[in-house]
Amino acid sequence: MDIGFLAQYLMNGLMLGMMYALVAVGFTLFFGVLDVIKFSHGDVLTVGAFTALATYLGLEQIGVTDPATQILVMVIVSTVLIGGLGAVIARTVILPLRSAPPLNTLLITLMLGTVLREAVRLFYPEGGNPKPFPALLPTDSVTFGNFNLRLDNVLMFGAGVLVIVGTQWMLNRTKLGLAIRAVAQDEETAKTMGINFNLIVFITFALGSALAAFAGVMNGLYYNEINFGMGLLLGVIGFSAAIVGGMGNLYGAILGGFLFAALQTIGAVALPFASAYKDVFAFAVVIAIMAWRPTGLIQEKVSDRV
Amino acid sequence: MSNGISKKYSGIALVAAFAMGMAISGEAAAKDKVKVGFIGPLTGGVSVNGIGGRNSADLAVRLRNKDPKAKYEYELVVQDDECKPNIGVQAATKVAADRKVIGAVTHYCSAVAIAAVDTYHKFGLPVVVWGAVLPDITYGNTYKEVHRVNGTMINQNQTAAKFMRSLGYETWAVIHDTTDYGKGHNKYYSENLAKEGGKILATFGVTSDQQDFTAELTKIKELNPDVIYFGGLTPIGVRVRSQMEKLGIKAVFQGTSGIVSDAFVEGTGKLAEGVVAFREGAPTENLPGGQFFLEKYQAEKYDSPPEAYGAFSFAAMNLVLDAIEQVGPNRKKVRDVLNKTSGRDSIVGEISFDDHGQNTVALITKYVIQDGKWTVWEDSDYAAGKRKLVGQK
Repeated sequence: MDIGFLAQYLMNGLMLGMMYALVAVGFTLFFGVLDVIKFSHGDVLTVGAFTALATYLGLEQIGVTDPATQILVMVIVSTVLIGGLGAVIARTVILPLRSAPPLNTLLITLMLGTVLREAVRLFYPEGGNPKPFPALLPTDSVTFGNFNLRLDNVLMFGAGVLVIVGTQWMLNRTKLGLAIRAVAQDEETAKTMGINFNLIVFITFALGSALAAFAGVMNGLYYNEINFGMGLLLGVIGFSAAIVGGMGNLYGAILGGFLFAALQTIGAVALPFASAYKDVFAFAVVIAIMAWRPTGLIQEKVSDRV
Repeated sequence: MSNGISKKYSGIALVAAFAMGMAISGEAAAKDKVKVGFIGPLTGGVSVNGIGGRNSADLAVRLRNKDPKAKYEYELVVQDDECKPNIGVQAATKVAADRKVIGAVTHYCSAVAIAAVDTYHKFGLPVVVWGAVLPDITYGNTYKEVHRVNGTMINQNQTAAKFMRSLGYETWAVIHDTTDYGKGHNKYYSENLAKEGGKILATFGVTSDQQDFTAELTKIKELNPDVIYFGGLTPIGVRVRSQMEKLGIKAVFQGTSGIVSDAFVEGTGKLAEGVVAFREGAPTENLPGGQFFLEKYQAEKYDSPPEAYGAFSFAAMNLVLDAIEQVGPNRKKVRDVLNKTSGRDSIVGEISFDDHGQNTVALITKYVIQDGKWTVWEDSDYAAGKRKLVGQK
């Protein structure tokens, strides 16, 4: 195969993988801290993307037309608001069910996801239709043979890397990160050490949700189109990525995200049968990996499970 | 004695009351309420088409209700099928199970229509399909209840293959959604293109809610076809067209009737220029009753346009209403009247149903998007030679 096309496939896969990884990191954060699976995560991403779009329309209304400012404001408004939404979700649905069986949390977040999705569909003006998302990043491109490298893709990818590295740094190098890890490792001990448990939970959920909002904006900028159902499959894929990488492990989530994107790309391109089966192929491989390594590719270092 | 009088009077009073009652009910009988149904996608990616169709059917009902000669007063029952087969069957069951609904105008999406025809047959509800183009909806069964005013994708793809070959294109790559709609288009286009001597380099089936097409498109870029044939509806059509640009693919984008909508132009913006597509029937304004229809539509101040299939929905609803006027609110009789439809004048031209209830629409219109408008090919700068499609000879 021509090297240019290979590079093109790689770039496509990397962009896709970055979005999956951002979603998977959220799943893994929630699971790490509270051992809960929050199925509304994908729909939180949708709300984030729509918030950014609404912000953009608002900015256009008041006459702010500089694309750089617009993107900055969109990302800030969307991540802050959705971070807040994450904290509210933690406060109102996750924490009250702390002592209930985990199945209840799973179910209630699944339903919350439906509520968020339908809310976007019904309350956003004509939310049932796909919405064009503005292309605000510079679209210059460099062509190497058959490889079309676009500046906007590079910028988005770079921003994604920065966000993930930043999250990792925050978790491992700051006091807040230490507190989050402490709560993740042992809730009781963390509490006795004077860590405000509820606050840490809120912050973790805010952080995970803000990451989802960021992924939502990235998704919009990349595809230039968003719709109310976009979070559904992204949520499932992000969840699978987190599981296959090793739930509770940040590197696992990232690995899982890129692995899933790679599988989809291979499924669409390299397999002899039609690309209609690319998701089937990707999920089948995930199932195989789960059978091989039930705790994921990279296991949580400290396991408190009996 | 007094008893006798009072009896006599009460008798008169009774007669009088009866007569009065007759008068009242007589008037009501002249305008008995009859329900008719409309089903289409009112939410989701193709909702603009569904809403256009709904408004057009509603227009037919409103005009009929204003007509003093109409024997019945009609009430339109509207259901949303969301362009999803499972929801569509629910909607169909809901409408068909209501015995007061005598006839219905149903479905824009082929995948939904094909799933729902059994329901109509089971409940004996006569329906006229207003937008779905899959041949099997009428030809795949012998249900007397199912009719269709618009043409099928067979004719559309014949014309498309012939026309594109005449422009000198040699090679194609096909992307189609894996619903019955997309698969049907793929099948009929591939067959017809083979007959015309065109070559298909690769075929990609994609799910109808897929977001990312970069893998498929990169593969297509590698194969370097002259044309990308897309068999699917507007939402993913928009995605494919814009992702083509991102990968720097220069091929012509050829669609089907499923993307002939203003929403496609809106969604693709500048990239819409030079996109070609085919649809059965003439553009609304060129139809025999097109001007009349558009004027009436404007007068009712609907907040969205009738879109490509509105006129068909209007014509279908009028067929149903005419049949009810003729034989009264009886599903069986209405069905039989519809089956005998032959040479009926309508705003979309003459309607004749064959044995399968399929209208024979001979005319296929070729469209190209020019300056953000779906333009009939013959009237376009492309046909005049002022502009050229990519690689047009």
